[in-house]
Amino acid sequence: MYKLLLCWRYLRTRWIALASVVSVTLGVATMIVVNAVMAGFSHEMQTRIHGILSDIVFEAHSLSGFQDPVWHMEEIRRAAGDDIAGMTPTVAVPAMLSFQVRGQWITRQIMFIGIDETTHAYVSDFGRYLQHPGNRERLSFALREGGYDTVDSQSDGPGPTRPALEGAGWPHRRMRVERERVWREKLEADRAKAAADQAAEGVQPASAVGPVRPVDQQVDAVLAATSQSAAAAVASDQPKAPDPFKAARPDEGRAMDPAKEQFTGIVPGIGLASFRDSTGVDRFLVLPGDDVKVTFPTAGTPPKAVSDTFTVVDFYESKMSEYDSNFVFVPIAQLQRMRGMIDPQSGLASVNSIQIKLKDGADLDVVRDRLRKVFPADMYAVSTWRDKQGPLLSAVEMEMSVLNILLFLIIAVAGFGILAIFFMIVVEKTRDIGILKSLGAGSTGIAGIFLGYGLFLGLVGAGAGLGLGLAIVWNINSIRAGVEWCTGQRVFDPSIYYFFKIPTIIEPFTIFWIIAGAVAIAVASSVLPALRAARLHPVEALRHD
Amino acid sequence: MIKASSLLRVRDLRKSYRSGDHRLEVLRGVDFDLATGEFVAVVGQSGSGKSTLLHLMGLLDAADSGEIELGEMRIDRLPSARRDRLRNSAIGMVFQAYHLLPELDALENVLAPLMVRHGVIEWLRVRREARARAAELLARFGLGGRLHHKPRQLSGGEMQRVAIARALVTQPRVLLADEPTGNLDEATGGEILDTLCELNRADGLSIVLVTHDAAIARRADRIVRLAAGRVEAA
Repeated sequence: MYKLLLCWRYLRTRWIALASVVSVTLGVATMIVVNAVMAGFSHEMQTRIHGILSDIVFEAHSLSGFQDPVWHMEEIRRAAGDDIAGMTPTVAVPAMLSFQVRGQWITRQIMFIGIDETTHAYVSDFGRYLQHPGNRERLSFALREGGYDTVDSQSDGPGPTRPALEGAGWPHRRMRVERERVWREKLEADRAKAAADQAAEGVQPASAVGPVRPVDQQVDAVLAATSQSAAAAVASDQPKAPDPFKAARPDEGRAMDPAKEQFTGIVPGIGLASFRDSTGVDRFLVLPGDDVKVTFPTAGTPPKAVSDTFTVVDFYESKMSEYDSNFVFVPIAQLQRMRGMIDPQSGLASVNSIQIKLKDGADLDVVRDRLRKVFPADMYAVSTWRDKQGPLLSAVEMEMSVLNILLFLIIAVAGFGILAIFFMIVVEKTRDIGILKSLGAGSTGIAGIFLGYGLFLGLVGAGAGLGLGLAIVWNINSIRAGVEWCTGQRVFDPSIYYFFKIPTIIEPFTIFWIIAGAVAIAVASSVLPALRAARLHPVEALRHD
Repeated sequence: MIKASSLLRVRDLRKSYRSGDHRLEVLRGVDFDLATGEFVAVVGQSGSGKSTLLHLMGLLDAADSGEIELGEMRIDRLPSARRDRLRNSAIGMVFQAYHLLPELDALENVLAPLMVRHGVIEWLRVRREARARAAELLARFGLGGRLHHKPRQLSGGEMQRVAIARALVTQPRVLLADEPTGNLDEATGGEILDTLCELNRADGLSIVLVTHDAAIARRADRIVRLAAGRVEAA
């Protein structure tokens, strides 16, 4: 009983010991915060990667792919049918995306992915990452009549605002077409005016130098300067006049009204079309409704580059910048047709890969190995999403374990602090130890006081650390805002991470081990002082001043 | 004077301390007897070995040779756990410097030996009774109003009375007092001595009192003189 009482009294009267516990507290708090943030990042990343890649990716080595995906899917189902929940074929080719911003052409290197619009969203999380609620529900490559999200649908809080998406869709397209028309008319009017001026000036010298223009043409030119409709008529009579919009849009020659019709729809990654400014607002270079050009290789050997015009119908945002600034999705049938992937004789299309979704609880590696056995490895590559991102995932895992080791060393250092302070307390309490021995306390009992004291301190320190750590984790985003406000330095730049908030996950199991470790270190570092106290000779201890 | 059979018997007790190559013989064959209910004063100059004798009898130290018997049992060769238990239950000790635990108040200091004796669960059962006994002892020594004062809030005499109460709360068979008045003024020391004499007379407590002061020693039933590690013939 005296052990408990004395532990308690020492805890209350020896505040210096609590100083050594502060380092335990800080160590525990840091570990909890770091683990929560790392787990949050890692989980977020895994979900994103998994969201794109489906469970198992079955692909051909060659860029031309393999023929007859239906037969392949049947074979896959035969090999591992019990575990398969769904499959979808895809075609992926490297390509170039070009679009015009303020008269300048911007070209980006992309991965052009043909997807099946009915099944793709089921196999991966693709659908969740789109900006139009209707497309998230059910993907369509037809341009929507507005209604795109102006705030990030994936962030549960103040996400990036996208005021630009307010009018995206058909309204944007109609406005653009209208603006282009007005601009073109103005240009042509200017040109006609210039021609008229030239004609007027050339009235006198013309008789000597050049061929005399017919008078009716001169009259037309003068009229054109005053009447827009006439100007348009005149312009159409001048085929040599350079028209920048005509040059940019060869398809315009087709009988098609861009205000009412669209080209084949595509869904580019949001990173291709926008950038995030330092205030966290997304600025768009291209909006749904705009037309872009994509240049991609055909399926033949050697591949030839072909281009076509597409209409942006939505954006894809997985929050993995690598994907968001690289992927562009297009209906698979269109891509197969344009690349010449359909065999003219058999009518069978080729695909590059088949994305496979497994049923819940199915073992990825087992299914992968089963498929590998069936399909020859020199033609097909079968891999799980983890295999695909193996190096990245293992790098994050290693980072986490190294950090944990380092942080645990901090707590170990705190252990040495406890050791030193306990030795001091044992020296200070030498006489009391002698008194307790004279009252009949045994050596084990004396050692127990100090071990118990160490346990108390460890629990107090770890408990305080737990509270502090959880408080930090729960408020990490306001703390970040506070630090940014104080220092003026950006701690967490959303334009880099694509997360607007710092993601955190608290794993009870990890916290349990952190606390158990901290308490164990506190107890372990009180063992030596406790042994020293136990070995004190009572008579000498009583004489100690 | 007729006394009951001998309670504490010491035979040919030897103890030496080693400091470097030098060997200091403190006790060179001490024989000592204490009858039940007797009050014996051990006197001697500083370094005569009287405190060492007391520590050996109180099982705080081990002798080089010789025997100590308490009642009919030899107690100097017992395993440490039994020595601890004996020290807790059969022997009460009072020191010159009081040796109270500064973190505990007067009542808790008196209860300390009982807490040492009982585990936590057992303590919860005996707590009420133990507190009552400790409070009663303190009240008897005039400290009824100071139960919850820390040692530093008490005077020297009060601290020594708390220490005596602590020694007696276990109802020991013998009380060993090492210069209990050494740190006190004459009047207060006299009160402490009165208390001890009164305990001896009224309760029949067997007391060994170590002192260098002949005047104090005269209050005892019998005086044993130690000089150069041996008992001098009276």
